Parts: sequence; C-alpha cells; structure tokens
Amino acid sequence: MGYLDEQFCQIEDLQDEASPNFTEEVVSLFFKNSTRLMTNIEQAIIGASRMKNECTSFRNSCGDENAEGCMRSFQNLKREHGVLRQKLESYFQLLRQAGPAVTATRPRGM
Amino acid sequence: MASVGGATVAVAAAGGDGGVGATPHVLAVDDSSVDRAIIAAILRSSRFRVTAVESGKRALELLGTEPNVSMIITDYWMPEMTGYELLKKVKESSELKQIPVVIMSSENVSTRISRCLEEGAEDFLVKPVRASDVSRVFSRVLR
Repeated sequence: MGYLDEQFCQIEDLQDEASPNFTEEVVSLFFKNSTRLMTNIEQAIIGASRMKNECTSFRNSCGDENAEGCMRSFQNLKREHGVLRQKLESYFQLLRQAGPAVTATRPRGM
Repeated sequence: MASVGGATVAVAAAGGDGGVGATPHVLAVDDSSVDRAIIAAILRSSRFRVTAVESGKRALELLGTEPNVSMIITDYWMPEMTGYELLKKVKESSELKQIPVVIMSSENVSTRISRCLEEGAEDFLVKPVRASDVSRVFSRVLR
C-alpha cells in the first residue's frame, strides 16, 4: 500500500496560481494538528504503555515531517488500540466474574 | 488574500464576474484548520466568495453582521457547538432561516444524516468532500 491516495491528488488539484503552495501548507497544517491530537491521546492514556510508545513515535515522526514514519506508527497505534481494547474488555469480564477484591498484577519494578 | 490555517479566512472568488456582490458568498465552518483550508479552496475554485471560520459561535457572530451569506457549509462534529446545533439555531432564526445549510461529516451515520435533513439541512456530505460534491449540491441549491 502506498503512502498517499486519491485524496492527496485532489488536494494537489486545488493548487493554483493564487495558492501556489497550497498542498505544502495543508500538509504542514496536518502535521501540526496531528501532533497536537497525538499529544492529547498520549495524555489521556491510562497506563497503556505500548500505545504510549507508538504515540511518542508518531509525534516524533510528525516533528520530523516524516510521512513514512507517521503512517507506520499510526498503523501500529491503531493496531495497539484495538488489541488493548480487546484485552481490557476480557480483563474486566474476568474481574466481574472474580469479584471486587481482584486487581491487575503490578509490573515488576513499580 | 487567503491565510491558510488562520482562524478566519476570507477569500475572494477567483475570476471576474463583474463584482463581488454578484458572487455567492459561502460561510464555511470547521474546527479543523486542514479541512477549513480544503473546503475554502474547493469553494474558491468553484468561483464562490468564501469566509471560513472555526466554530459555530464565530459563524453566528458573522451571520449577525454579514447580511449577504448565500449558503452555510458546516462540519458536524465541532467542540462547544456542533454543526447540528448551528443548523438548528439558523433555522430557528427569522433572519437566517432562509440560508441553505449543508452539513459535512467524516462519519456516514444514517441517523445523524436523517436528523440533519429533518432539521432542514439541504444536504449531508461525507468527508473527504470533493469538488464534485460541492458542485452538485451548490448548483442545485443556489440555482
């Protein structure tokens, strides 16, 4: 799969003499906005360490304006988000079955 | 001159048609600076005069002072005031209710679409909005 699709081509089609740098301006806005959004997600993370790592990776890629890195870490982030959701759903299901006294095992070193 | 990414962008329509007054003035509302820049560029390429703002609140402020808005195109999901809430306020106002409103959303949710159309929206466009979507809707509504 490539890194850019038809939507990017449509953005480029909007570039004209009045806005000769339109595409680059939109891309800069994207990196600025997505970095901020990723930071918001990172701040909302509830101890999800793998997601946190991917957010950091995504943020770094945005800062470097590294589109390839952004796409890769974003795909990883989405995957980790899905995996985390499944695992936490299973976890809470088990908790409900086990009763109120059970909590997660604290990671070593904490 | 457009200022891409600025909170408010006023863009004159390209091309000469004899005067700004003859060119439909579209108010675009979107909290995303990226989407705001894109919709403004699409509207400009379709020869509309565009003012792009970042919130429903700002849109209502502008509608209170700018008498010649021909159409409103607004994002659905915005903080503080959604596009739906903006639509309702426009349609509840005796001064504004005749202005056609188009809703945009990145989510294709049928109940949301129905609710907006029932409230008086002219159309509901799923993002990413294309120039062909704008052309289709606007030529119908502004005919």
